[in-house]
Amino acid sequence: MIWDLHVHFTSFEGRTPHEKMADAVKFADRMGIERFMLFLGFPPHPPDPTPEELTRINDQVLEALQHWHHRAFGFVYLNPNHLDFSLKEFDRCVRDGPMVGVKLWIARRCNTAELDPIIERAAAMNAVIFQHTWLKVTGNQPGECTPSELSELAARHPETPIICGHTGGDWEHGIRAIRANKNVSIGIGGSDPTNGFVEMAVRELGPERVIYGSDAGGRSFASQLAKVHGARIPEPDKQLIFGENLKRMLAPILKRKGMAA
Amino acid sequence: MIIDTNVYVGQWPFRRLPGSALPELIAKLQSHGVTEAWAGSFEGVLQEDVAGVNERLAAACHGSGSGLLIPFGTVNPALPDWRDDLRRCHEEHKMPGIRLHPSYHGYTLDDPRFAELLLLAAERSVAVQVVLNMEDERTQHPLAAVKEVNTLPLLRLIFKTKGLRLMIQNRKREPSGKLLGRLSYAGEVYFDFAMLEGVGAIPKLLKEIPSDRLLFGSHHPFFYFESALLKVKEAGLNESQENAILSENASLILGP
Repeated sequence: MIWDLHVHFTSFEGRTPHEKMADAVKFADRMGIERFMLFLGFPPHPPDPTPEELTRINDQVLEALQHWHHRAFGFVYLNPNHLDFSLKEFDRCVRDGPMVGVKLWIARRCNTAELDPIIERAAAMNAVIFQHTWLKVTGNQPGECTPSELSELAARHPETPIICGHTGGDWEHGIRAIRANKNVSIGIGGSDPTNGFVEMAVRELGPERVIYGSDAGGRSFASQLAKVHGARIPEPDKQLIFGENLKRMLAPILKRKGMAA
Repeated sequence: MIIDTNVYVGQWPFRRLPGSALPELIAKLQSHGVTEAWAGSFEGVLQEDVAGVNERLAAACHGSGSGLLIPFGTVNPALPDWRDDLRRCHEEHKMPGIRLHPSYHGYTLDDPRFAELLLLAAERSVAVQVVLNMEDERTQHPLAAVKEVNTLPLLRLIFKTKGLRLMIQNRKREPSGKLLGRLSYAGEVYFDFAMLEGVGAIPKLLKEIPSDRLLFGSHHPFFYFESALLKVKEAGLNESQENAILSENASLILGP
């Protein structure tokens, strides 16, 4: 069983959410991926979206889920710079809608207090929280947070599971940054398939805190699957990473919503 | 059967790569049906005693793996007496090709020494691999951060260098657009897809270059070998296209 934590519409062919999903599912089938988490709408993705942009983007995901809810789950894209609106958008898409998680990107550094109400609202619904992180030698974007900043956020919410997206890109740094935060898991997608990534993650975090995701279609499913297929770790660990960890994390909200896994 | 045109031996200086010890590397490649692996040396990226690097590479390749590893020596035209390194690669070590790392060796492709190197390699019928990247610019060691090689000067050089067989490795963004297509039609120029990203990237690339110019290259052990292998699966090619990319195209390059 392979579930993919991290898929966007980017690079998939089609003019509508339905057409892009059909293309994504074609590739997912080819690569043995049963389900994927979908977030952000059609590119380009605004780094600091207005409420109107958030609505449009999330509507595209909702439209995709209408036809493809048996292959994908949706995460709502929120912006802590528009906190009141984001809380309402969470209610619309998650509490009252079919989405099961939250995507936070680069609008605001994630260690700031404005994120706390979003984390608390998501935790109350058992929604999965995915925070993008990177640590770039070439320099981060203004609101783009690092794994160390995510560690600060996670420390304020020690009972809430949070996913460290991209493991910071510089995964050797990222793994260390969140190692002590037992409520933080890592998403391994969206970086080069560098040999040794998953081995270090399993060694330092344990296999239960490592989650496969691709960042397709900007990334290929292939290069990201290879991180797990090629890792020198026991087969049961691969099964955890490929899907069981994510399924376990999603189980409470799926049960609450009466949705089938 | 696979001919992997992009393999390294030795230790990458900034990270311990699992399975990079020679017996493990050979076992890994053989387990996936690799019958030939064109191997450069990680040592050649940063070390200046290139002659020593190439001696060790030749010994490693000739001493193990029953001919699996084909050595591609390092030549750095920014070093004194680099022409003798090329001579030794060809005459002493019987290497069929060389692998260049311009960004790490501090020259650009409009450098006259690079043009001369291509010319001398072509005269010796030594194939040339130019590595555009070793890893994502964003994740490099901060004290050894380099940029992707600018390939714009290549077009003029390919027209000027008769008999050149050139492989462009680890392409991420460059060359792109019209230059990509023009390079592939200008001469005997090949590309691998080790660093190519995006869903269905191989079919998209094949709209830009002829299918006989695409080579299987894994960039292993820097990358997980499975990445290149799974990209072929993801591409959904027919059997004939797959065989061409996996081995047939490469099998024609190192011939007499």
